[in-house]
Amino acid sequence: MGDTAVSRTTTQWTLRVLVVGYLTLLVIWPVALVARETFAHGLAPVLDALRQPEVIFAFELTLSAAFWAVVINTIFGVGISLLLVRYTFPGRRTLNALVDLPLAVSPVVVGLALVLVYSGRTGWLGGSLEQVGLKVIYAPPGIILATAFVSMPLVIREVVPVLQEIGTEQEQAASSLGASGLQTFVRITLPAIRWALLYGVVLSLARSLGEFGAVKIVSGGVAMRTQTATLLVEERYQQFGAVNSIIAYTAAFILALIAVLALVVVTSFRPDKGTPR
Amino acid sequence: MTQRAGVVEPPLLEPDDTAGAATSSGGRRLPRGRSATSLTPTSGLGLGVALLWFSLLVLIPLTAVLVQASEGGWSAYWDALRSPQTLAALRLTVGQAILVTAVNVFMGTAIAWVLVRDHFPGKQVLEVVIDIPLALPTIVAGLVLLSLYGPSSPLGVNWANTSVAVFLAFLFVTLPFIVRTVQPVLLEIEPEVEEAAASLGATQFTIFRRVILPSLTPAIASGAALSFCRAISEYGSLVLLSGNLPYSTEVASVRILSYIEGDKLTEAAAVASILLIVALVVIVTLDVISRRVARYG
Repeated sequence: MGDTAVSRTTTQWTLRVLVVGYLTLLVIWPVALVARETFAHGLAPVLDALRQPEVIFAFELTLSAAFWAVVINTIFGVGISLLLVRYTFPGRRTLNALVDLPLAVSPVVVGLALVLVYSGRTGWLGGSLEQVGLKVIYAPPGIILATAFVSMPLVIREVVPVLQEIGTEQEQAASSLGASGLQTFVRITLPAIRWALLYGVVLSLARSLGEFGAVKIVSGGVAMRTQTATLLVEERYQQFGAVNSIIAYTAAFILALIAVLALVVVTSFRPDKGTPR
Repeated sequence: MTQRAGVVEPPLLEPDDTAGAATSSGGRRLPRGRSATSLTPTSGLGLGVALLWFSLLVLIPLTAVLVQASEGGWSAYWDALRSPQTLAALRLTVGQAILVTAVNVFMGTAIAWVLVRDHFPGKQVLEVVIDIPLALPTIVAGLVLLSLYGPSSPLGVNWANTSVAVFLAFLFVTLPFIVRTVQPVLLEIEPEVEEAAASLGATQFTIFRRVILPSLTPAIASGAALSFCRAISEYGSLVLLSGNLPYSTEVASVRILSYIEGDKLTEAAAVASILLIVALVVIVTLDVISRRVARYG
């Protein structure tokens, strides 16, 4: 076995160096450079950038849109997961495949699709909605729709496997003892899926805060009105001057920080850590 | 964006099977009638509301894209797709996506291998690093790549506004897909099988090719499908990085965007319909692969 052991060690080292080198060049080094660039002139310019009204507005808008999108996706996600796992109905398998579609569709196509339906001028439903006073495209409701669209499957993908795993015995026991549907859900089902639900919510939130392409099309990206944080990064980076550049880097750094924190939360608290399904 | 975004889901079990799967390990399977899983009035109402929302948010808008694309009939559709600038954009997008998927098939498998079979300090960090590209907002991803491969690169290269930039951006955003589909399968392969092959005199390469690779193939295929789909639909990371130059670095989604900005919605929808169809094909392919794997183990 001597030769095999030696060649195995050589292969192991070659692969290790290759993989670490590849990830360093593609991810680690570039990400570190952005962090360094953000703080290249110390903390003061970063804090100044954070006090700009455009920056504050963009982050507030992003947070509120992400909040509503996550609320919608949580309610819808838990509901549809229960329906998919616990019930049979015609078209169930098709629905199960279709709920993954938002992860596969280009954000630009998402934006276009929403404009075609909800634009006040030409959209299928947009005109009627505008008559009852609801402006969707180029307004916050459109941003919420686009955000909810792109992050829709994340809660479902976390909750469905757990629901399948826990089975229905406890739920049946509860209902045979006279618990109502709501009581069974709150006392039995919800505690069982709470971790999966939490991961789903964290992932949705991170995805929602970072959406760019779809939001760009539906919002128009007007500063102080419909400009979210990611749109602010784009606009400021393309403008000249050190102030704009530091604003772009600061906003990008905060977005990256939130994304990485969400990732660390999910990977370190997941009980089946190290064995991703 | 999720760790599981690239992972093949196990196929949806029948609700009856679910009870069976849950009890098969411990107890007996409960005899239950079909009535337990058919819709009650409450769940029926819930399904109605859920479907209404899903239609308003996803199905009707995506249908609108296809309807808009067919607005001018077949000839207008083909004309939109055959305009030289659109054709160049589609060619660049598909070409780079194929190239990136090929690199991912190799590197993704290698990374999954190292994460599962190798042990060294700092390996846990790599686990997080793999998912960063999906977690980062795409516009930030562009900024990130620009810092190492743009005009002020410490490496002394400047690939901004070239087709290399498109390649890099695709490579970055598709990094996790094959890793995350191959990793769980690799974890489940019993080392005994490999030891048996080795004791029968198989070389390391033969073991990999004859024993390991066949069981990884479905996972690699799913990961490659996801990776290709993600690459052709990529937009955000290219905005700052590739310059979006017509005929040289303009990709399909940028083409759609410039059609939208020029108020040419039919042309935009024509290009979008291509991306949408590829997405549908990928979803169906993944469904088929996961069912096959579930059936044949």
